[in-house]
Amino acid sequence: MSGGTTTGDAAALSGAAADRARRKRAYARHYWPFVVPAAIVVVAVIVFPWIFTLWMSVNEWKLGSGRSFVGFANYERLWGDERFHASIWRTLYFTALAVVIPVVLGTAAAIVFHRRFPLRGLARTIFILPMMATPVAVALVWTMMFHPQLGVLNWILSQFGIPPSLWVYDASTVIPTLVMVEVWHWTPLVMLLVLGGLASLPVDPYEAAKIDGATGWQAFRFITLPLLAPFLMVAIIIRTIDALKAFDTIYVITQGGPGTASETINIFLYLNAFAYYNMGYASAVVVVFFALIIGLALLLLWSRERFKDAAR
Amino acid sequence: MTMLTRRGALLGGAGLLASPALVSRVDAQGAFNWRRFAGERIEVSLTANPRSQILIQNQREFEELTGIRVGSEAIPEQQHRQKFVIEFASGRPSFDVIGISLHVNKRQVGRARWTADLKPLIADASMTAPDFDFADYGAGAVAYSTQADGRMDTLPEFTDYFILYYNKEIFQRAGVAVPTTYDEMYETARRLTDARAGQAGFVGRGVRNANVVLYTSFLLGTQQRDCTDANQRLLTDTPDAIAAGEYYKKILRDCAPQGVAGFNWNEAQTSFAQGRAAMWLDGVGFAAPLEDPTRSRVAGKVGYAVVPRGAARHHCALFGTGLGISAASNERKRGAAWLYLQWATNKRNQLRFLTSGAGAPARQSPYRDEEAIRSSRFGRDYFETLIASSRIAHPGLPEIVPVTEFRDTLGTALTNTIGGADVATELRRATEAFRPILEQSERAT
Repeated sequence: MSGGTTTGDAAALSGAAADRARRKRAYARHYWPFVVPAAIVVVAVIVFPWIFTLWMSVNEWKLGSGRSFVGFANYERLWGDERFHASIWRTLYFTALAVVIPVVLGTAAAIVFHRRFPLRGLARTIFILPMMATPVAVALVWTMMFHPQLGVLNWILSQFGIPPSLWVYDASTVIPTLVMVEVWHWTPLVMLLVLGGLASLPVDPYEAAKIDGATGWQAFRFITLPLLAPFLMVAIIIRTIDALKAFDTIYVITQGGPGTASETINIFLYLNAFAYYNMGYASAVVVVFFALIIGLALLLLWSRERFKDAAR
Repeated sequence: MTMLTRRGALLGGAGLLASPALVSRVDAQGAFNWRRFAGERIEVSLTANPRSQILIQNQREFEELTGIRVGSEAIPEQQHRQKFVIEFASGRPSFDVIGISLHVNKRQVGRARWTADLKPLIADASMTAPDFDFADYGAGAVAYSTQADGRMDTLPEFTDYFILYYNKEIFQRAGVAVPTTYDEMYETARRLTDARAGQAGFVGRGVRNANVVLYTSFLLGTQQRDCTDANQRLLTDTPDAIAAGEYYKKILRDCAPQGVAGFNWNEAQTSFAQGRAAMWLDGVGFAAPLEDPTRSRVAGKVGYAVVPRGAARHHCALFGTGLGISAASNERKRGAAWLYLQWATNKRNQLRFLTSGAGAPARQSPYRDEEAIRSSRFGRDYFETLIASSRIAHPGLPEIVPVTEFRDTLGTALTNTIGGADVATELRRATEAFRPILEQSERAT
């Protein structure tokens, strides 16, 4: 009997499983049309452009003339293109500076603005104003200020007896100067992110540390900084993405010059696609740039995990 | 019965006497119908500059004359070039009339046959107004608008000559004469350079790409003159090319403001307009802002002169724009667009260009309009410079498809020389880098 019961139970169970599977299929049949619009959009604006870019990268196509399949010739050309190699290093250099400096300054500013002092609200508002300005407008204003003969920056330096700088008009100072514009523009964003983090920190650890006699620096180093880490990581990721794709400011102020001294990958890519009309070659640059961004993103995620492990 | 009165006889006689004039006027108007495309709408795409502003501000004249409605856009030069190339390549451009920088896009547009040949339209009396007066367009401007195969696919609108702007006050103070040769220009610039007072003897374009037109101005004074030979072979590492490069390096390093390696025309204009530079060699279109007292400290003190003579030749660099009709437009829109081209480059608009300082018109008649010249806010030397420049003008850039790559590659080398790099080495490197690009482009032709 028991065997019959077992068989019956098994049959009942398999019947229930089959019923569940049937319901699942019916559910999918009912609801898949809802996925279609989103899928169409994703295919149209992400998948198709990507496949098209990959296809174009193995073609020679100059606007105004015919297209021909060239295999990996564009990638081979990139491999030997010194101007492209230089643009990669310049992009990494610019990105490193344009991430580290705003994160450090933004964190410091957030700590200052977290404290209570008279007119704090007004000071915060003034501090975040640069972030609200349009990048192209910002770039045009800075361009006027950088003029070596008539710019206000050199006038300010002269008031302190400091010799004039060439700012963006010299190959050796152009990248640090462009980073200065980025720092001015985007440090407020980091400050806002970190300020949000500071506001959410618990007070108990600080009270315990105070009882234990911890100094202000020790409280910051061993309590604030680890607790802020997730917020700092978000700020670093956002800044890295922004710095890697920086184009408008650089293009308006220097167009990649003097010479090629500020030609980042984005400028190189833009010139190839829309000034030289080398669509095939520019597509190959996009593919390599995408691979580079993926590599950097993986590196950031890996560092984040390492940071988490170390914090545990 | 009606009696013939003396008054009636006089009126009748006067009518008879006036009839030939009336008949000829009716004939002239009847021979050409400006309103044949009334009700049509055309789109006009221009680069943003004072000349386009004049056309857009006055387009109602055209609309009232023809009954054709016009939609105009004026886009900054760099973006406009990209936009129209991409739109033409798509096969369905959004415009019927296009303004083209001949020194950049002439060969590209001609090779792809993106714009219609205007010669059949000019020859067609039913499509061309009797007062069009094609002979009034300067021969140089017409040649510039004509492709190598004889097709004329743009109508000349504007010719841009490089001229020498100088600060009369600085020259008078120093008691120096306006230079007539490049050697004199360098010596004068050296003499007028006073770094401690923040005064440069000379200012010009140093930034990559834009600087090539200043370099070619110097090259035009050599025996070689051009950057390419008749077979479109590159000549940018020859002794003459290197000599021009040496001069470029010398005058910018010794006499221009610090940081000139990053100067485009706007930085150079700022320096000159604020009285910080004694001389500026650049396009003719900057006279208006320089003479505007609200924007310039040198208004009323600007002198104009033709570019100095080189060691072997005397030429000024010529650039220009033309208006074309999209070959992709339908026949009716092409007809309406042709009427627009005739109106846009008519004598009245061309005179407006000249007297407002918006640039040198492609027609010759405005230069002969003494009344307009006398009442202009620009001095006589400005107009004399334009006329003299038109006689020595020569294209300032080679007529090749990859002009922008050429300017970027050569321009980078020139910028490096301002930083101290060796001219011959830089020019050879640039020539080697660009030669395969040019050869590939020529093979595709």
